[in-house]
Amino acid sequence: MNITINGKEIAFEHGDTVLQVAKRAGIRIPHLCSLDWAPSPSASCRLCVVEVEGSPRLQTSCTLQAAEGMKVQTHTPRVMKARRNIVELLVANHPQDCLACDRQGACELAELTREVGVRPRQYAGMKKDQHLDISSPAIYRDPNKCVLCGRCVTMCHQIQGVGAIDFTDRGFRTQVAPGFSAGLNVSGCTYCGQCVRVCPTGALMERSHVSAVVAALSDPNTVVVAQVAPAVPATLDQERTKHEGVPVMLEHLAAALKRVGFTAVFDTGFTADLTIMEEANELVERVKTGGVLPMFTSCSPAWIQYVELHRPDLIPHLSTCKSPQQMAGALIHEIYPKFAGFVAGDGTRGTKRLVVVSLMPCTAKKFEAEDVGDVEYVLTTRELGALWERFGIDFDSFTDRAPLDPPFAEATGAARLFGGTGGVMEAAVRTAATLLGGAAPAGPLPEARGLDGFKCFNVDVNGITLNLGVINGLGRLPSTLPAALSGMHFVEVMSCPGGCSGGGGQPYNSDMTDVKKRIKRIYEADKKAEVKYSHENKSVAELYEEFLGRPLGEVSHHLLHRSYTDKSALTALHGAEADTGAVCAAAEAAA
Amino acid sequence: MSPVHEASRVEALLAERPDHSRDQLIPMLQEIQVREGYLSQAAMTELAVALDTPVASVYGVATFYNQFRFAPLGTHVIELCRGTACHVKQSLALQQHLQRRLKLRPDGNSADKRFTVLKVACLGACSIAPVIKLDGEFYGHLTIEKLDSLLDALDRDCYAAEEAGVA
Repeated sequence: MNITINGKEIAFEHGDTVLQVAKRAGIRIPHLCSLDWAPSPSASCRLCVVEVEGSPRLQTSCTLQAAEGMKVQTHTPRVMKARRNIVELLVANHPQDCLACDRQGACELAELTREVGVRPRQYAGMKKDQHLDISSPAIYRDPNKCVLCGRCVTMCHQIQGVGAIDFTDRGFRTQVAPGFSAGLNVSGCTYCGQCVRVCPTGALMERSHVSAVVAALSDPNTVVVAQVAPAVPATLDQERTKHEGVPVMLEHLAAALKRVGFTAVFDTGFTADLTIMEEANELVERVKTGGVLPMFTSCSPAWIQYVELHRPDLIPHLSTCKSPQQMAGALIHEIYPKFAGFVAGDGTRGTKRLVVVSLMPCTAKKFEAEDVGDVEYVLTTRELGALWERFGIDFDSFTDRAPLDPPFAEATGAARLFGGTGGVMEAAVRTAATLLGGAAPAGPLPEARGLDGFKCFNVDVNGITLNLGVINGLGRLPSTLPAALSGMHFVEVMSCPGGCSGGGGQPYNSDMTDVKKRIKRIYEADKKAEVKYSHENKSVAELYEEFLGRPLGEVSHHLLHRSYTDKSALTALHGAEADTGAVCAAAEAAA
Repeated sequence: MSPVHEASRVEALLAERPDHSRDQLIPMLQEIQVREGYLSQAAMTELAVALDTPVASVYGVATFYNQFRFAPLGTHVIELCRGTACHVKQSLALQQHLQRRLKLRPDGNSADKRFTVLKVACLGACSIAPVIKLDGEFYGHLTIEKLDSLLDALDRDCYAAEEAGVA
């Protein structure tokens, strides 16, 4: 079947929209409200209008199904005028204070004005005067900059199934806000940040820690160290022109971070291995002693927030392990001052202050750092770009390399896997199988891989059958929790579709295809890694020998484990309809 | 009125109407407003849970429509007609006078919460414009003086009732 777009014949498949066909053919039709991979477009922004032969009115290409013989024009004078008018009206009540906006340089709205030719200002309307929402430690909301495209609402309801925000009020006063126009901190928001990732303006942003980190770096009495999450180098490698693989990218990162003043750079992968040691032991103990099963992973802070807010009944199911970020923070503060020798003679730390900065693909990690402690600042992958700019580093062409710093430098292939959905499960199975006296699986675990919303499978070890599940995205929880809670042993939950590689702190304008590329890099890194099992990480073994004693021991309990709080009083939200599966299926089909 | 009390009334409504599908949202909101006089946060929250809908969405729908109120009604309700005929007959002056005399807040309630002023598009009584409806009774051909005497009478009743209560 063929459709003609701008005089060019293009093949399409049943069910394709004109927007999708055009995108595949390399024709960009501007659009705001429709997300490439969200199930149902609201067709409210009207930017994607096209002229269809035989139809008197302009049609929205995001909802228009391609049909045999259809003739479409995407950039006629009439269409261009309509689009320009729409954008002119969108920015009429926008603050237009771009110089003071954190989104500057990466603003889709600003690009759109250029793209459709909005110069000069046509309308000088009344500006919005709505309250900023600075209530949450992770996400900052400025309704004045919002163009009401609704992508965040689509994300929050249709994809993540949380429903913390929606359109409120009407007309000029319309805004996207939590219920009762309250703050995000009491909205049931999990801080997953998917809304931020898709926002085309500065209306939804992470709470930036860039300036705080720069201030810490310039304070002579402060020692600033960094830890890097596995998804970050995979993402940077995918974004860079030259692909060199995750381990090399980590070394570029370490060199660049030291250039801007970090004293040491650690691999959060080290504590990912440590997490596996603690979590696999916890699992084996629960299985052997009849503890609460299934056990859920606790690495994803938005998932933890989801449980504490919406499903406190599941708290006993959560692994008590801190997330790798928090384990690293706790260990760095405990061990590094002595290790690096910046301790005063009497054993006190003297006047030096130690600041741990984590580089994370995640907005919820900012909340976690504040909630649990141990980590001072969190920079998202996006903020890292801002950090480079402050210090004049052109990271894309940065060639220096530096090794990561002991004592937290070593990470296995298993730790690399933490950056994608199913990774924690795969890493945990490798170690748990060994702990149960079975043979560690040699190759990859295909059942745990892929972007399906829910993967379940069994692993037989030494006469014990482990029923395992991987839930990919918060939106999948309502439909999969019943299955997960009936007879499973261990379930991985990642809040964002695709896992950390698709995290809320990841670069703007990236879709599931990019997420797949990042995960591919993670798998390559695992494949090439010399050590593939967390329990074979020599530095981790040394740490247990010299400091922690044994997994689940007293020191571990104090440093590496945490408790959870029933926070349901903060919200009475109920999950919206969501289908992450559709997203992932669409991504699979596109790839 | 305590939130618990309000919520339990919503519970009664939910028991009366077994259909808890999402399309019942607006009829339920309307019924809550008929019974309570307004939509409380507690009521909207409970309705959201019952209809398996996010609170943000319930609030979003409720704030979209002019018919819903989010503060309790005062003892006396004044519906002030702002239709075309009344506007020509200076209903804006009446509105401004009510605003000053009753110290109206953005939700339309007076500072002492005794009065609620609702602006309505047209009461359908243009022949006696400018017109208000006070506690269900129409008062037409109004001037600021006539309006004051109506309110003065209500104030006198109120003092009298208070004194009777004290005695």
